[in-house]
Amino acid sequence: MDSSQLLGITTFTYMFSTILYAIIFIFKAKKLGPAVTMFTLVAFLVQTAGLILRWQESYTLGYGHAPLTNMYESVVFFAWTIIALYLVIEWKFKTRVIGAFAVPFAFLAMAYGSFATNISQEISPLIPALQSNWLIAHVVTCFIGYAAFAVAAGLGFMYLLKNMSETRQTTNNDSLLGTLPSLKVIDDITHKTMVFGFLWLSVGIITGAIWANSAWGTYWSWDPKETWSLITWFIYAITLHARYTRGWDGSRIAWLAIFGFVSVIFTYYGVNFLLSGLHSYGSN
Amino acid sequence: MKKKNSLFSFFSSVKLALFTLFLLSITSIIGTVIPQKESISWYAQNYSETTARIFQVLSIPNMYNSWWFLGLLGLLAANLIICSIDRFPGVWKQIKADNLATDPKRIMKMRLTASWTSDKSEEILATELSNGLLSKGWKAAQRKHDNALMLFAQKGAMTRTGVYIVHASILVIFIGAIIGELYGFKGSVMLPETQATSSFFQFGTGKSIDLGFTLRCDRFEIEFYDSGMPKAYKSMLTIFENNKITLEKEIVVNDPLTYKGITFYQSSYQGYEDFLLTVTNQENGEVQTVTMPFQQQQDLSKHNARIGIVNAEAMGQSITRMKVWFKDDLGPASTFWINAGGQVTVERPGKKYTIAAKQMYATGLQIAKDPGVWVVYLGCGMMILGLFVAFFMSHKRIWILLSKEDDISTIQISGSSNKNKVGFEKIFAGLSANLETDTK
Repeated sequence: MDSSQLLGITTFTYMFSTILYAIIFIFKAKKLGPAVTMFTLVAFLVQTAGLILRWQESYTLGYGHAPLTNMYESVVFFAWTIIALYLVIEWKFKTRVIGAFAVPFAFLAMAYGSFATNISQEISPLIPALQSNWLIAHVVTCFIGYAAFAVAAGLGFMYLLKNMSETRQTTNNDSLLGTLPSLKVIDDITHKTMVFGFLWLSVGIITGAIWANSAWGTYWSWDPKETWSLITWFIYAITLHARYTRGWDGSRIAWLAIFGFVSVIFTYYGVNFLLSGLHSYGSN
Repeated sequence: MKKKNSLFSFFSSVKLALFTLFLLSITSIIGTVIPQKESISWYAQNYSETTARIFQVLSIPNMYNSWWFLGLLGLLAANLIICSIDRFPGVWKQIKADNLATDPKRIMKMRLTASWTSDKSEEILATELSNGLLSKGWKAAQRKHDNALMLFAQKGAMTRTGVYIVHASILVIFIGAIIGELYGFKGSVMLPETQATSSFFQFGTGKSIDLGFTLRCDRFEIEFYDSGMPKAYKSMLTIFENNKITLEKEIVVNDPLTYKGITFYQSSYQGYEDFLLTVTNQENGEVQTVTMPFQQQQDLSKHNARIGIVNAEAMGQSITRMKVWFKDDLGPASTFWINAGGQVTVERPGKKYTIAAKQMYATGLQIAKDPGVWVVYLGCGMMILGLFVAFFMSHKRIWILLSKEDDISTIQISGSSNKNKVGFEKIFAGLSANLETDTK
């Protein structure tokens, strides 16, 4: 068993997980709940094993490094943090329907990593610029932030869906969307997830700045990746201030959660492929 | 209520903050789409003459240092300062408030309350309640009111400053950046092996800056993985002051050398068609290093000999092995191959030499002095601390009223928290249940 097999299995298990959470949501099959959580947890452990094995394999190849160094490894880690965060939210807020909106992100990330033709799955050695102790701190903190924003976007989507049906006054407890948590609860979890993501994004930007300074003597050079991470930071800063000081909530925050995540995706993915700069690891 | 002038309220408004952040986000995109710091002719070629001129007028080619972008950052800073001046005194008053002076009627009306009765005396109850609170980390103070005794305890009053720590952190980062801009410099130097320099050219201005000491590159090396990918760029650097060696260090990317506040970073390299040869006489230990072009001879004065490269093999841009021709004062010349970066021992009549050969490189060093960087890091630390406090910590307050009627004491407990109300409800329920059992 090698890491690529385990990570390949993960792609499919996250797909089943997505389907199962959708079944719970659509068919209101609450009894399935614990089994689906169990299944997702096992899939998560398989992926964790895959990541550890990949780490170990890189040492066997003679250039050991954490599996966080190219586009493939980053999407795999992105999926991993989304599931980890989702499972914590499920456990903390005791609701499973969120799974139908959060787990698909992890599946899509894994599917992209597995099937996209423009990214390499090979374990490659580290170029000199990446040989730093800041690598792990920077990548891990950024991706915790990204994962939180992904989940927040899923929640935002869920809010808008429920809100739409409520304004049409078609919702009652028997209907499809009746199984979703109340608008107030979704709004609260969305906000908390964004706050969590904002803290980690801040730490991610700061660790990146410290790393840049130790490698090039400049903590901030307005490289496109840096600038886009700052734009994303601004968007969430605006969102939090609008909520705290101007009382924004509900649909507006839900839209901002989705809009913010679009910026995250552009920072993470768009910059690598559409713009040039220091973080060009995605293009090769 | 103090009367505020309209300018003050404009600069202290959150609307302005939201507007500034919005403008900063939108305008920041420009510089990620239009390449920065190219020449005017480059923009004219890639866009059009007119567009290039418009870019010029709007400082688009260096937009993050343009008057209008710095102006937006300045507006944000002014907004942060004035907003904090406006709001902080109120928050400080809440932190330092005499909570024991709170009107008992208000305490009774709080959202979180619980009450029970006891037939113990007021003194005993006060002690038991204080101890009960203390066992959970609440340090209570008390004061006599008209017909009741009030106990008060709080946690995390200072956490109300969290938001202001975050706002201040942004200003601290700005100050650090300004210090770096005023008292620091950045530049680069391309230093060939064996050469030394005591000055370099500054970025932007192109001005020559004196280091105040001498820096020499003794050796530059590239290591490759088997796949041909670069594994490491290494420069052996030596620093001299008054012709005395004061520091020697091998630098690689991510591990620079710092001397007297100036840091040298490995950033690039350049390969030459010349070669670097080091000849050591094993008998007397005499060492001589020479740089020389391909297929030419050169005198080695220290060894009374001549040396030359007669042939070389290369893979791409880098030389893999060299054929060396060597002759001293006795006997015919020796010729032999040396692998790049390697060395061989040559036996000559009555003498023995070690000869090392490699392609000659220049190391590209990034040079920076930034006395503001620690201020920036301080700001970053403050930001993380402030965000954590602002998001995850709250100011929790507990009031207890003890009143007596017909030998029966009534204990009324109330609490409030400025954040995480759900979490505090649990804490409050647990605490009041504990205190009730303590005093029964």
